[in-house]
Amino acid sequence: MKQSILLGGAKFQITLKRLAQQLIENHEDFSDTVMIGIQPRGTYLAKRLQQEIKDISGVRVAAGKLDITFYRDDFRHKGAAPLLANSTVIDFIVEEKNVILVDDVLWTGRTIRAAIDALQAFGRPGSVELLVLVDRRFSRQIPIQPDYIGIQIDSIDSQKVIVRWKETDKKDEVELISDSQV
Amino acid sequence: MSTTAEQQLSTKHLLGIKELTREDIQLILDTAENFKDILNRPIKKVPSLRDITIANVFFENSTRTKLSFELAQKRLSADIINFASASSSVNKGETLIDTVNNILSMKVDIIVMRHPYAGAGVFLSRHVDARIVNAGDGAHEHPTQALLDAFSIRQKFGEVAGKKVAIIGDILHSRVALSNILCLQKLGAEVMVCGPTTLIPKYASSLGVKVEHNLRKALEWCDVANMLRIQLERQDIAYFPSLREYVMLYGVNKAILDSLDKEITIMHPGPINRGVELTSDVADSDHSIILEQVENGVAVRMAVLYLLAGRRSLEN
Repeated sequence: MKQSILLGGAKFQITLKRLAQQLIENHEDFSDTVMIGIQPRGTYLAKRLQQEIKDISGVRVAAGKLDITFYRDDFRHKGAAPLLANSTVIDFIVEEKNVILVDDVLWTGRTIRAAIDALQAFGRPGSVELLVLVDRRFSRQIPIQPDYIGIQIDSIDSQKVIVRWKETDKKDEVELISDSQV
Repeated sequence: MSTTAEQQLSTKHLLGIKELTREDIQLILDTAENFKDILNRPIKKVPSLRDITIANVFFENSTRTKLSFELAQKRLSADIINFASASSSVNKGETLIDTVNNILSMKVDIIVMRHPYAGAGVFLSRHVDARIVNAGDGAHEHPTQALLDAFSIRQKFGEVAGKKVAIIGDILHSRVALSNILCLQKLGAEVMVCGPTTLIPKYASSLGVKVEHNLRKALEWCDVANMLRIQLERQDIAYFPSLREYVMLYGVNKAILDSLDKEITIMHPGPINRGVELTSDVADSDHSIILEQVENGVAVRMAVLYLLAGRRSLEN
């Protein structure tokens, strides 16, 4: 097993700040914008970005959590995500808002497809954008592309990308794990 | 994306609470929590079971359970067919296995069945190739009712463990009683049954429940009173002298609740015989969580169907 850190330390913080700046650039005062983190791991990123934006511009963006378990297209397949869902917390109106979906890793795109589907249950957003910390490019199974990207990486299917957060894993970093054979 | 300690039900069917582990029950209740949240959204529907077909096979009358199952299935986007024995070939002499196999040959994945005979679901599960959900079999079990009762208690008190629940009324003819006893015990609650001697089965104490014949004592002991209906249609002989006498000894009214030095929660699986086991002022009071039970029923049944359909061995 080979492990390598793709992003960590100061660079991790710079990346978060850059993403926050990009959001501010496009959404100004966030009056019609809401941020929704995808459960479970996207919610940490959404929370961090909410804090970064507050630090930079003093605006508190509405942020929620969306669970997509019941919207998956693969829930009966072996090795799929767990059957047990997480909570969904969206205590604001989504109708006609600009929604920024936030997730840690974009891989096949299926999670985001399910998230867009799940989002419809709360209303019809004015627009939906996608922000990811890690984009595993060239591995999409569905035509979905991110609007904001932390880092872009080339990886193969047997590799794993893990994003760690200070809140739960003691430090912020993105790690790539590969089998030693490859 | 692989998971740690794959959480899924330990059984292929839901035949009774007896077959479930404590973890199974917790998983169902936790999942129901999420479905309850979905039922409060503007669009109360998820696409999870869009490739699943479910047959509701009812050999006995039901309104609440049948509606609740049907709604749960629709909220999960399953395709459903309904079968009522009154208008079917069962009247022409078809056997249970033949009836169900004919339904299954139309590519049905899950059978939800209510049947007047105890064990009908277990029997069927050994002979046909589909998931079976028992929606009540004779006086044996009614697992989804017990699960929704446990869910309602958990919602009211935060947890079931340590709570004292008295099941009052016609225990002998009640499938709700047995399922409730098993479910509450697995979750760590204390259970008491209360009713006239003739309506308490002889084996009751072997289930590890307290037996009480005095209504006031039972109410003084419990946190929750689950009132059962007197099932006159199942009583082949007279089990008590008169309905009036039963009401006087075992009917719960406002006066007796007010005379207790604490608040207890009243539950009832329905249908209520108003003026018999409960008076209207109790059934419609703040003590009662009867309508919450009905509401929770849909979420709990969604959880059961979703978890059974989602068992990974269902690979097509």
